[in-house]
Amino acid sequence: MVEVVVFAIAALVVLGGAAGVILQRNPVHAALSLVATLFGIAVLFVAQEANFLAAVQVIVYAGAIVVLFLFVIMLLGVDQADDLDAEPLVGQRPVAIALGVLIGAGMVLVVATSTVTGVPAASERWVRDGEDVAQIGRLLFTDHLFAFEITSLLLVIAVVGAVLLARTRPGPQVDAEEDVPVLPGEVVYEEEE
Amino acid sequence: MLAHVLAADPLLAGDIDLAVVLVVLLKTVVAFTLLLVSVLFMVWFERKVIGDLQNRLGPNRAGPFGLFQTVADGLKFFMKEDQVPDRADRRIFVLAPYLTAVPAFLVFAVIPVGGDFTGGRDGTVEIFGRTTFLQLADPPVGVLLILAMSSIAVYGIMLAGWSSGSKYPLLGAVRASAQMVSYEAALGLSVVTVVLTAGTLSTNGIVASQSTWSWNLWVTGFVPFVIFLIAATAELNRPPFDLVEAEQELVGGFNTEYASFRFALFFLAEFMNTVTMSAIIVTLFFGGPSGPVPVGPGWLWGTVWFTVKLFVFLFMFVWFRATLPRVRYDQLMDLGWKVLIPLALGWLLIVAGYRVGDDEGWNPLVVPVVGAAAVAACYGLLALALRAARRARRLDEEVGA
Repeated sequence: MVEVVVFAIAALVVLGGAAGVILQRNPVHAALSLVATLFGIAVLFVAQEANFLAAVQVIVYAGAIVVLFLFVIMLLGVDQADDLDAEPLVGQRPVAIALGVLIGAGMVLVVATSTVTGVPAASERWVRDGEDVAQIGRLLFTDHLFAFEITSLLLVIAVVGAVLLARTRPGPQVDAEEDVPVLPGEVVYEEEE
Repeated sequence: MLAHVLAADPLLAGDIDLAVVLVVLLKTVVAFTLLLVSVLFMVWFERKVIGDLQNRLGPNRAGPFGLFQTVADGLKFFMKEDQVPDRADRRIFVLAPYLTAVPAFLVFAVIPVGGDFTGGRDGTVEIFGRTTFLQLADPPVGVLLILAMSSIAVYGIMLAGWSSGSKYPLLGAVRASAQMVSYEAALGLSVVTVVLTAGTLSTNGIVASQSTWSWNLWVTGFVPFVIFLIAATAELNRPPFDLVEAEQELVGGFNTEYASFRFALFFLAEFMNTVTMSAIIVTLFFGGPSGPVPVGPGWLWGTVWFTVKLFVFLFMFVWFRATLPRVRYDQLMDLGWKVLIPLALGWLLIVAGYRVGDDEGWNPLVVPVVGAAAVAACYGLLALALRAARRARRLDEEVGA
């Protein structure tokens, strides 16, 4: 009984947030709807006794990634509602609608035509012995060690690349030749050499 | 009869009877009241102690020793006009104070505030015939919950500043969130050492692992504690890291446009965070409620020891505020990224090496020394590489110019 209620509420939050991401015109509101979705999923994880995944979901996705989204949105100042009449890609909208309908129909078709096989789901077949943190750790450092290390290497490469791209070189900048507009009444200082 | 009533099943869940629900409700109410009362007290305490440290009287009008000053201030908040700026994003402006206050409440749920941990006992007490911990909840990932809540609290500050539709709050919010996100890394890395030593993520388990004076303060080797303390002060936006509300530059920081009850929520959250962060330090590094039981029931002594330890840190945060000048923003960022995070990482490696050596039966003295030497060698190589790169760049410039 409790599980059903929890699932229903969490599912409502997840779907409501997902709808909000698409329907909200203000990018900040859309990002917050995404947070609501992530929270709902974290609750679903807890309901499945995957406490560690729930915590990581909140810390990594809600706590770091969406904060980064918000940073970009706020600092780039795209906090105004976008003009939806302008269509940057011609014919994008009808194609999107057609694809959406197709995928939706496909999902309905799969659910409608499939039958209950009675075979337990993968999570049912999973043997639970001990804490989920220890289990995930053991899997990561034994069976999936290669994928784990490759991923960490990828992240290091990405960080190094980002630092290299963001580094400002001393001396004249690339766009130093451009004229800087001077506002009326503004004092122009002599450039120091 | 009572047993019969208590065995009722209000949630229709089968194995959860009324007694369990009542215990949880009772603990929730107690935890909530405890936190609110301690916040009221903390505000008074801070003002009084700062008064003393600056040779002033501090609040002394409302009640004995000015104890009711906070209550009076709180009532005044409620009487004020609640205003929303014209250019504010109304919905988020209203939501933001709650995003700060609610996580501050939730963190306190996983703090063990009492219980007897002496002689291998696990700190349980009996209420309504049920054994339970003297903490609201003991999730298996308690420490991660603390980190998750502190990363959610960033939203409140960030959105409050942005939604005000005003320059200074936005600047304050950007600073605040950058500061909190950066120091979360150092905070988390110093917690990892504690988790590694305790072998569990549950707060109750961490306290239990520190009974009989094996406090994490010296078991993890003091350095993680110092890192945690500095990072926690930055995470709390308290002096000397209170750049978020640097009055001279930012008017009031992210909460400039807030008034009345909504401002009170930010204020409340700030002091609640101070109390809970002190409680977290006590739990992670100072054995929480563990301590000697000279006479009487052990669980009571647990609460006494916990309160005493808590006080030390509450006083220390106030002391910081009265003593240390505010650091500059670039100093703050340099300290976080260039000192605390590498130090925490290096220390984590040494502790991990020591643990492995402990399991393998290696010499407990040689392993840390070799580990420290290896880390120092790595750092030296890195510093050398940095210097070479800097010199190469300078030469490059000279040739180019």
